[in-house]
Amino acid sequence: MSQPQEFEKVLTGSVTTVAQFEDHKSGLKRLQHFLHSSPAMVPLIVLLALILFFGIAKGEKFFSAYTLTLIMQQVAVVGILAAAQTLVVLTAGIDLAIGVIMVLSFVIMGNMVVSYGMPAGVALIAGFLVAGFCGWVNGFLVSKLKLPPFIVTLGTWNIIMAICLIYSENATMREADVTAATPWLHIFGISFKIGPAVVTLGVLAMIGLYVVLWYMLNYTAFGRHIYAVGDDPDAAELAGIRTSKVLTATYTLAGLIAGLAAWVSIGRNGSISPSTVVTDFNLQAITAAVIGGISLFGGRGSILGVLFGTLIVGVMSMGLNMLNADPQWKVLLTGVLIIGAVAIDQWIRKVSG
Amino acid sequence: MEPILSARGLVKRYGRVTALDHADFDLMPGEILAVIGDNGAGKSTLIKALCGAVNPDEGEIRLEGQVMNFTNPMQARNAGIETVYQNLALSPALSISDNMFLGREIRKKGLAGSVLRMLDRGAMEKRARDKLSELGLMTIQNISQAVETLSGGQRQGVAVARAAAFGSKVVIMDEPTAALGVKESRRVLELILDVKKRGIPIILISHNMPHVFEVADRVHIHRLGRRLAVINPKEHSMSDAVAYMTGAKVPEGAVAA
Ligand SMILES: Nc1ncnc2c1ncn2[C@@H]1O[C@H](COP(=O)(O)OP(=O)(O)OP(=O)(O)O)[C@@H](O)[C@H]1O
Ligand SMILES: [Mg+2]
Repeated sequence: MSQPQEFEKVLTGSVTTVAQFEDHKSGLKRLQHFLHSSPAMVPLIVLLALILFFGIAKGEKFFSAYTLTLIMQQVAVVGILAAAQTLVVLTAGIDLAIGVIMVLSFVIMGNMVVSYGMPAGVALIAGFLVAGFCGWVNGFLVSKLKLPPFIVTLGTWNIIMAICLIYSENATMREADVTAATPWLHIFGISFKIGPAVVTLGVLAMIGLYVVLWYMLNYTAFGRHIYAVGDDPDAAELAGIRTSKVLTATYTLAGLIAGLAAWVSIGRNGSISPSTVVTDFNLQAITAAVIGGISLFGGRGSILGVLFGTLIVGVMSMGLNMLNADPQWKVLLTGVLIIGAVAIDQWIRKVSG
Repeated sequence: MEPILSARGLVKRYGRVTALDHADFDLMPGEILAVIGDNGAGKSTLIKALCGAVNPDEGEIRLEGQVMNFTNPMQARNAGIETVYQNLALSPALSISDNMFLGREIRKKGLAGSVLRMLDRGAMEKRARDKLSELGLMTIQNISQAVETLSGGQRQGVAVARAAAFGSKVVIMDEPTAALGVKESRRVLELILDVKKRGIPIILISHNMPHVFEVADRVHIHRLGRRLAVINPKEHSMSDAVAYMTGAKVPEGAVAA
């Protein structure tokens, strides 16, 4: 019944193969397109350049398996927190409470075994539950009450910090007391040598976590939904995604990952001190995510980039330390890297413009 | 004959703006129903109410005679209603196939799919490519390219292909050809007729009168937030329809708006 209009009749002769073109793009344009489709490349290049730089400057001393694995040990906790932060930032949110959730969680794990004489399993479950619950509260406030993530987590950051200090009476638990009760809380501190390289279980936990999250984000529906929600929440909702469920699940998962960071942190530090609640772990995690190429506008970036971002900060800090530089240089350069990363993010986005 | 999808007395207010003012609506099985009206007449709001994207303040919606007041688009989609929104509802940073399968991803067979929940990228990309080819969107070279790198018309093609591929009860298209070229518009019209051949009714919102009069079985004229009249395109001219929707003339049997 369809009667094409006169001018449409020539359409029967139109070409029906998929279009193909020779590539005429300039080098810079091609680079832009390449980075658009592989967002982890920038941090990887920066990381390799830094390693090369310090390797040349300090030679063997820096460029050794021992030093490089030591850097991994130093960044494991922040690296895990940065992974949690990444999930939230991908949804176009931010989690300022991620660090204090970790501290509250390890204080609870420690208190359970030291003060209440609970078995390690119960202590760990309690720590994870509290961490997951804190994350869920953030997610609930963001997704159901539609409050801005920055405000929500600014609030819970303060609340959880205060609860942590009130509950613990700011009393540090000594390593010996924890070890006397159970070896399990320190399990991630266990290290073994492969030649000169020293690997801790904490480092393996961090790497394992990144692999799992990378898989989740790229190869499961939930992962794609996290990107979709951060990219354009209205479109995602219309396309049939329950955005509020995805948001709640993401913040809860971030909380649980902070629980893992808590456990790893006990292994790394030995003692458990509530006063670390004032440390800026949240900002360190955001820094690693941003340097790793995760866009604060949501929906863009690769979690592997964040692993590189974490290592960039670690390598810089170790390298400058070895060069006997003033530690403030590290702070300064971190600032430069943050601004550089965001500038590159903006440039890459223009690929579509 | 019973309408497959109908609405009575829909009201939707945005603050002081009334988008729907006791609007009625009927879609018959197997038909192509065009909805026409001025800009701001409330056409998009009407179809959004039908597919759960907007919750009306008053009124009742029935699918196959059952009262179905959808509160979110997922419910409508699960009931077999698929929609091309005027703003397309695509995620710019995701790939074409990710977008087409958003919320209904295909998982790998066996343990990889059931335990590891692994997506079957290959299968999704192949089906996405097939659907786009059906639409004649041959200028899309790379099925895994981000939607934001497509032209406006190509994006519209992706949204249309998605709806046509998955609609099982009703397909709704809000201005599906607004950004399309001559060839692609023609393919969308053919696709609409194809969907109709599968026995699935279609709601087509369009400002393109020749297209409307070519494919529609009935034309719903929307004016000032309500249904003014439903006309048979074979008995009325395009200029009649335009006169009705702009208020220049009042169709027989209709109450002056
Ligand atoms: N989210 C919203 N908030 C406030 N007002 C809205 C909203 N959506 C629609 N409206 C108002 O409702 C009325 C109907 O809008 P609608 O989009 O349904 O019109 P339309 O018939 O689809 O127009 P067009 O042909 O331009 O697409 C308009 O006056 C519009 O301003
Ligand atoms: Mg509209």
